[in-house]
Amino acid sequence: MFKIILARLRQGHHTMEYPDGPAPKLSDRFRGCPVVKADACCDGCADCAGVCPTGAIVIKDNHPCIDMGKCLFCSECANACGQQAIKYSDDYRLAARRREDLVVCNDKPAGPCDVEMERDIKKLFGRSLKLRQVSAGGCNACEADTNVLNTLAWDLGRFGIQFVASPRHADGLLITGPVTQNMHLALKKTYDALPQPKIVIAVGACAIAGGPYIDHEQVKNGADTVVPVDLYIPGCPPHPLTILDGLIRFLGQKEAN
Amino acid sequence: MINSHFATMTNGRAVKLDVIPTLAFDDFKKAILDGTAAGQRVSAMFGDPTSQSEVTQLYVVMADDEQNQLYIGRTHIEGDQFPSLTPQCPQVHLFEREIAEQFGLKPIGHPWLKPVRYHRSKTGRDAWNRPSDQAVLPAVCDFFQVEGDEVHEVAVGPVHAGIIEPGHFRFQCHGERVFHLEIALGFQHRGVEDAMIGGPTKRSIHYAETLAGDTTIAHATAYCQIVEALAHCQKTARAQMLRGVSLELERLANHVGDLGAVANDVGFLPTASYCGRIRGDFLNLTALLCGSRFGRGMIRPGGVGFDIDDSRASELLRRLDKAEKDTANSVNLLWDTPSVMARLENTGPLPKHIAVELGIVGPAARASGLVRDLRQDQPSGIFRFSHIPVGTCDTGDVFGRVFIRWVEIQRSIKFIREQIGAIPAGSPLVKVGSLAPDSLVATLNEGWRGEVCHIAITNEQGSFARYKVVDPSFHNWAGLAYALRGQEISDFPLCNKSFNLSYCGHDL
Repeated sequence: MFKIILARLRQGHHTMEYPDGPAPKLSDRFRGCPVVKADACCDGCADCAGVCPTGAIVIKDNHPCIDMGKCLFCSECANACGQQAIKYSDDYRLAARRREDLVVCNDKPAGPCDVEMERDIKKLFGRSLKLRQVSAGGCNACEADTNVLNTLAWDLGRFGIQFVASPRHADGLLITGPVTQNMHLALKKTYDALPQPKIVIAVGACAIAGGPYIDHEQVKNGADTVVPVDLYIPGCPPHPLTILDGLIRFLGQKEAN
Repeated sequence: MINSHFATMTNGRAVKLDVIPTLAFDDFKKAILDGTAAGQRVSAMFGDPTSQSEVTQLYVVMADDEQNQLYIGRTHIEGDQFPSLTPQCPQVHLFEREIAEQFGLKPIGHPWLKPVRYHRSKTGRDAWNRPSDQAVLPAVCDFFQVEGDEVHEVAVGPVHAGIIEPGHFRFQCHGERVFHLEIALGFQHRGVEDAMIGGPTKRSIHYAETLAGDTTIAHATAYCQIVEALAHCQKTARAQMLRGVSLELERLANHVGDLGAVANDVGFLPTASYCGRIRGDFLNLTALLCGSRFGRGMIRPGGVGFDIDDSRASELLRRLDKAEKDTANSVNLLWDTPSVMARLENTGPLPKHIAVELGIVGPAARASGLVRDLRQDQPSGIFRFSHIPVGTCDTGDVFGRVFIRWVEIQRSIKFIREQIGAIPAGSPLVKVGSLAPDSLVATLNEGWRGEVCHIAITNEQGSFARYKVVDPSFHNWAGLAYALRGQEISDFPLCNKSFNLSYCGHDL
């Protein structure tokens, strides 16, 4: 008992100040929201699109548009560009309500999307959101960094968000993975078992568009091919801070800036 | 013992296909049985289609840990069946089920022939004679059943109560006591092996990095070693050192996380809370190196994607010191708390002879007293020059599997400190040329769960004609099922955490 108390004193207090204080410092090599500088693009160049492993880049009006929903944040495109027209910034705020809002083009204003839920839904879930997690394929990295939010430093419970053990107790689903053929039925059944109204959050490149497995016959290309999705959180996997930021701005518990 | 019928091979060295002997099936079988009787392990056994649809080639890669040597052989199977080796050599049980599922070949005499990942075969044949218009659904198969008064069955999954990957578990119970646990996986099957064929492509490294997200470094290293061996590419010592450091950081994060998870499952919250946090500190050290907590982008064919400079190295060491002290303070509470030890000791035992028979790898094998660690037995990269002593326990129970992690944590930290203290000069990344045609290479690395084995066969153009991945979980799931025999069903979470196996690494 004595040793336990001593250890408690030694380990100290670690719950982060965020969101009231500053966000935790990320690695200087962290790859967040891509930024496209179209004036730097050379005529007819498509080097960035050529190296992208998932087809996340299309060239429009002679400059790249990056679909963060498909992006693995590997930065091959930035490395391939001789003009440094693509840069991965340290902005971790990547969540969006609409699929098309995940596309970063030159004409896009920088900064995070407004992701707050509708007022009537917010009245129900804004201060208490119970989620059921369904892992539907993928590599378990998104699951691992979602689980991290339950550790002491992140302490998801302080926002009223909790992962529950039954769909009957849940207000929404948090889905990871591309939805394999073998998880299709289980995902549908879980969704159907949730009481109305319900929300769905797709976390990670797989759940948004299939990730590295996009167009494999063994998978669907993401959660919204099976159930309607209300919030997309991109990344491969998204940083816990990206997930938390998406969740609490969705609930209206934090402003974008 | 030299396996006279098979060709010898070294971890990470390519061989031409024509030096691999094609044996008659009986000789192939005898060589495997003789090898395992002499202490060798089956690292992989897999099928490969030939130009004739009724002929399938079977390959086997055996590891002789005593001799730091691999053996490879092959045989031709004509028709749709072959005599099963499983009754005499239990460690191939799942390989044979996989061959049955992928190629529609029936291993005659297999004691429990079931699908592995629930998909249609490559050949149109079906080992279970399921009608071709009938959908193949996961976990739809026979399950072992115990009958009798008061015997009941508990079914769990695929969707679990927490944030866990999908799998289906059936327990045959008498009261609280578990007679038998059967595990059905395949829910995460996403077709990675098939997608590797024709590669390397720009997606190949990403497939490797996401075979099992928590094993990104080990799988990416195995893949890159394949490419480098086939391209005869020499990496620098600097790149090999950084790969080794990344691999040990991956081990640290996962082992610390597992100690916390085991503490949580016995209701001991101090260690559960601290280790959950400290795991993040180790993940953030990987992020310090490459920007990703899981090491995405770190391992690349030809070396590493990110270099290290003096200030980053000293920051890494500073944070490593702090994390080491926090971990020791947190983990040592476990051994000092009798109520914790009472739950860990004698729970879920896996005896040494069973671990040998099932071909168990990694910390689970070492906890059962097997001196089995690829960093020593089949070393590659930096581990050929810098050694980490192998620790073992002889209890084989949950305590053994937990304690061995603590031993490995301390040794990995020491290793990283030594490596970062003397960083070799050189370029982090060198250019990789084209791949040798008509060759085969096997790469084995000691991931944090155990043996991560990749095997590639190239065609005459030097593209992958077959790519085989064996995650350590593929060997170890049967060990978990065995460990639960005769235990209470409430011990399942604890036993499960003490193995902490990968679903996606198994399902591919």
